[in-house]
Amino acid sequence: MSVEEFSPEIEQVYEQLKKEAEEGGYHLNPDKQFTLRLIQGLLTNEKRFGYRACPCRIAWGEKPKDIDIICPCYYRDSDLEEFGACYCGLYVSEEWIKGKVPRKSIPERRPAKFAIEGYSESKPSDQTGQVPNRLPYPVWRCKVCGYLCARPEPPGKCPVCKATKDRFERFM
Amino acid sequence: MNLTRISGTNKKHRVTLYALSTCGWCRRAKDLFNANNIEYDYIDVDLCVGEEREEVINQVQKLNPRVSFPTIQIDDSVVVGFDEERIKQLLEIK
Repeated sequence: MSVEEFSPEIEQVYEQLKKEAEEGGYHLNPDKQFTLRLIQGLLTNEKRFGYRACPCRIAWGEKPKDIDIICPCYYRDSDLEEFGACYCGLYVSEEWIKGKVPRKSIPERRPAKFAIEGYSESKPSDQTGQVPNRLPYPVWRCKVCGYLCARPEPPGKCPVCKATKDRFERFM
Repeated sequence: MNLTRISGTNKKHRVTLYALSTCGWCRRAKDLFNANNIEYDYIDVDLCVGEEREEVINQVQKLNPRVSFPTIQIDDSVVVGFDEERIKQLLEIK
């Protein structure tokens, strides 16, 4: 199989994602050709929709319906934990890199309903009602990586996984 | 539904690939078929619009209720995801 050539833009995004991943304790897939193809897919989706929808999932092109599958997706960390790789294979675990887990495509975790109808919010958990109303600030939770912070507004960008502000929910 | 046929010398099985043009695993499936001269039909579902998109998503849903990609039909079997071993077994290739 011949080695493909990728545009400087794709290489540049690769370097940026790699740096951000490693700063946050994540790893990009070391199969560079595979990873560059995925990044090419992400950039194709960014041009189509205005956001980087997962290249391995069918996107609607409407941000609220696709919000859970914008890379990094809401399912990444659970997939890394269980299978050593995220669904598209862009992010992998140390175990995956060391060859301790099988390197193959993994089952889809995203509820089938979302693939058919688009993402919808689940009802807020009852736990929030049990928190005494004594918090000086609301607590915001990053739905991608679970990062929590207490401040008037969620951060513009998650300091751990770099997800944007619109992917935070009020946690308590 | 406009399937694209890729000709190949190995026509032993009827192979249809429902793919996304941006997906790395769908690409691996295409690469595997091409490397083994498998004749197959495919459609990049993300490139379909309007009625065709609806039609093809309904078809994928019948084969694979999760509507995930790649969905591969080999004769009467359906392979969800790029399960290389299973694909090779069904295609009788090494």
